[in-house]
Amino acid sequence: MIITNAKYMTNIDTKKVHQVKATIDGKEMFVPLNSANRHYQAILEWAKIDGNTIAEAD
Amino acid sequence: MTKAAELAKMGEVLTNSQIGGRRNIVINGAMNVAQRSTSVTGIGAANGYFTVDRIKLFQSGTAGRLTMSQAAITDLGGFSKAMKFDVTTADSSIAAGELFQIGTLFEGQDIQGFKKGHSDAEGFTVSFYVKGTAKTYSVELFDADNTRHVTQTFNVTTSWNRIVLNFPADTTGKFDSDNALSLYILIWVHAGSTYTGGTAATSWAANNNANRAVGCGSLFSSTDNELFITGLQLEVGSQATPFEHRSFGEELALCQRYFQKSIQNATTSYPSSGGYARGMYLFPVQMRADPTGAYTDASAGGSSIGNSTNQDGYYNTYGSLSASEAGQFSWTMDAEL
Repeated sequence: MIITNAKYMTNIDTKKVHQVKATIDGKEMFVPLNSANRHYQAILEWAKIDGNTIAEAD
Repeated sequence: MTKAAELAKMGEVLTNSQIGGRRNIVINGAMNVAQRSTSVTGIGAANGYFTVDRIKLFQSGTAGRLTMSQAAITDLGGFSKAMKFDVTTADSSIAAGELFQIGTLFEGQDIQGFKKGHSDAEGFTVSFYVKGTAKTYSVELFDADNTRHVTQTFNVTTSWNRIVLNFPADTTGKFDSDNALSLYILIWVHAGSTYTGGTAATSWAANNNANRAVGCGSLFSSTDNELFITGLQLEVGSQATPFEHRSFGEELALCQRYFQKSIQNATTSYPSSGGYARGMYLFPVQMRADPTGAYTDASAGGSSIGNSTNQDGYYNTYGSLSASEAGQFSWTMDAEL
């Protein structure tokens, strides 16, 4: 799984952060903040590497 | 067979096997469901799910590449599909840390029947049909909750054979009973000395990488190599029973717990006066966990301005739609282990 960028997203109804928009293996994906989701697990690991950051939501 | 022999055989089966009910814990063991694709080339550079559902490939370090496909087969009674691996780039110089594995993964709550970690723990029986370039490979059961493993080798010939591997019970280390990963079946088809340099773990033991794939040959040794596998089955106990065939609809529903996709474009409603509209979809099967969503816009105008998923469904909201235009999009949902 190759992650190239990640950014928190807010829910358009609740205005609360609810997922991460990420480019994974070259594809845009919307990843819920759920510890059982394998993409979210991978994003958290990716963010531990120096230079990688999950960008704040707009 | 005489009547007496027939009765004796029935008694043996009743004594040693699970009676009735669902026997095969593997989902899509007959390789009939391939929602993502039926053929993908250039595999070997990344882990992932590529063709047949519930089959995950793992790699590390190899320069070998292959095409994985859901192959139509006509030379094995009872089966019409197999997963096929056809080497396109060889790797005959195997560095220590290289590996390539064909895996299927299980939630802990689905494998409690093995009673692993209990004094009355049950054995594991793995069976499958295989043919291909003559090689020896390894099958490893890997307990992700307790980092324990057990392994055996098997031989491939150019004709279909049913491989039956009995693995012992393990009274150490319980599987968690939840929706997280607890057990892998890993078919090793390429391994460096990091994984082959020890003594094969033929009884359950704490993981030792050197003991994971002892005796494993390499699928990547030549571009002439190929491998076909179908009829994958995992059963409780030591008795291998005939492959449990399930209907396509049953298997598809079981697969959809982990992955599902749109067949035709989904749509939103027509927009409100502000040009906003929302499409909502309830999954036919509740997914294992909140899935990762991917959407591809197919609208003439307008675009998605937000979406949300959970185990039961998703919604996708469009903006900037004209009065008589609905948003259109295709989607995939992934809650794989």
